[in-house]
Amino acid sequence: MNEVKRTTCKCSTEIRNLSVTKRDGILLHDVNLDIHHGEILALIGRNGAGKTTLLKALLGRIPYTGSITFHNPEGKLLSHPHIGYVPQNMLFDRDTPMTVLDMLCANLTRFPVWLGHRKQQRQEALEMLKRVGARENLLDKRLGTLSGGEMQRVLLAFALYPKPDMLLLDEPVSAVDRMGIETFYDLVTALRKEHAMPILLVSHDLAHVEKYATCAALLDKTIIVSGPVRQVMQTNAVKEAFGLKLAGGK
Amino acid sequence: MEWFYRLVDTLLPFEWTEFGYMKNALLAIILITPLFGLVGTMIVNNKMAFFSDALGHSALTGIAIGVMLGIDNYLISMMGFALLFALGISAVMRKASSSADTIIGVFAATGLALGVVLLSAAGGFAKYSSYLIGDILTVQPEEIGMLGILLLVILIAWVLFFNPFLLTSVNGDLAASKNIPVGAIQQVFMLIVAVLVTVSIKWVGVLIINSLLVLPAAAARNVAKSMRSYHGLSVVFSVISGISGLIISYYAGTAAGGTIVLVAAVIFFVSFFLGRRRMHVSA
Repeated sequence: MNEVKRTTCKCSTEIRNLSVTKRDGILLHDVNLDIHHGEILALIGRNGAGKTTLLKALLGRIPYTGSITFHNPEGKLLSHPHIGYVPQNMLFDRDTPMTVLDMLCANLTRFPVWLGHRKQQRQEALEMLKRVGARENLLDKRLGTLSGGEMQRVLLAFALYPKPDMLLLDEPVSAVDRMGIETFYDLVTALRKEHAMPILLVSHDLAHVEKYATCAALLDKTIIVSGPVRQVMQTNAVKEAFGLKLAGGK
Repeated sequence: MEWFYRLVDTLLPFEWTEFGYMKNALLAIILITPLFGLVGTMIVNNKMAFFSDALGHSALTGIAIGVMLGIDNYLISMMGFALLFALGISAVMRKASSSADTIIGVFAATGLALGVVLLSAAGGFAKYSSYLIGDILTVQPEEIGMLGILLLVILIAWVLFFNPFLLTSVNGDLAASKNIPVGAIQQVFMLIVAVLVTVSIKWVGVLIINSLLVLPAAAARNVAKSMRSYHGLSVVFSVISGISGLIISYYAGTAAGGTIVLVAAVIFFVSFFLGRRRMHVSA
């Protein structure tokens, strides 16, 4: 029964009664959310609403109560899903002597990158960069010297191997110029169409959410409202959370 | 061992290689300095210099426990205690809200003080003070065999686990998204550091060991661009400091450990200025 239901409903990720508490209080409580295959779900909410906490729970980085289950498009339960994660402003040491090639290869293969790279891996890494529209000469650049837009592309390329069962994008455009934003979202939309990949997008930019997301969920410690993006945008809750002029733009 | 002695006599017919203990020390340095260079890269990447220093300090308590238990080979008690110590630090760091350097500082001080107190109670600290500076010239052929095994084991671990180490050190969340067990990987790394520190402490010394772990990698970081050059340079700097430090200490009549560290420090400062100049040129 369940199997049939899942195939028809195409649920990829089911979050049920998820709560996260820390010493200084409740970060999330009773979060229920479904993310479907082939859907771009925008997670919106004010600062401190728990968006990043929810992402961390999805990544298994913090303890939580409740359940998160992942299914592939055929409805099979995935106990260790591949999650493609593009962090917001990745915190890392910019002085690390590590090239883009080093980073991509550390993910591509078990062959230790301190021994160098095989030709075939270099080729594969190059293909990965091309797929996300990044320039080839990034490969030998040090990670710490990349611009915001370049870094975002590299992180997306990194997230797409192995083919993720779900893509998590945390404010992916915050460090990218306007031209880069459009291309980035076109890329994400193409991925969604091509692979029916479920995508969870955390964003502040309601214009982008309206343009690119298919569904939206407003989070404030718990899910306040969720559904098709246009409906959610019209709700009073969203208007209140973001101020009338932003949400009522149309 | 005989083949190595003959090889040294043929290739390096100098005064300093005439003595058996110098040949032993040379071989020990050739085996152990590449490990300092290799493991040091990730200690510096993970900003764990203070942690490895604390592990060195804990060795004193490890020795004291060995003395009290009547174990002849302190290595077992040192390694056992260092592992407990490392796990203790990581457990407290996860739970506590104090910053990492404070917690590690507390552990390091406790490890050192407890060692000194226990050893002095067990019959005088002076007997064990050689562990503070170490003496590479006392290394015995059977101990060199153990260093060889250590080299092999850590090399294998560095091949098997390096990519997860690297991704974990870049960003934990990113590593976790690739199903890398971040916590377990960090503990494997701590284990490697603990084993390396405790095995080599007898010849390198509590006070000096961390310099050898940190300096070559820090120097390599000044000039390297990729992981390969970082590792290559770190190992080369470490081996060069080790061998030239040993030779200099022979002719200058100084302590080998300290001399080796000084050579490594000189390499660090040279690479520091080279790296800065390169940055200015490219900018």
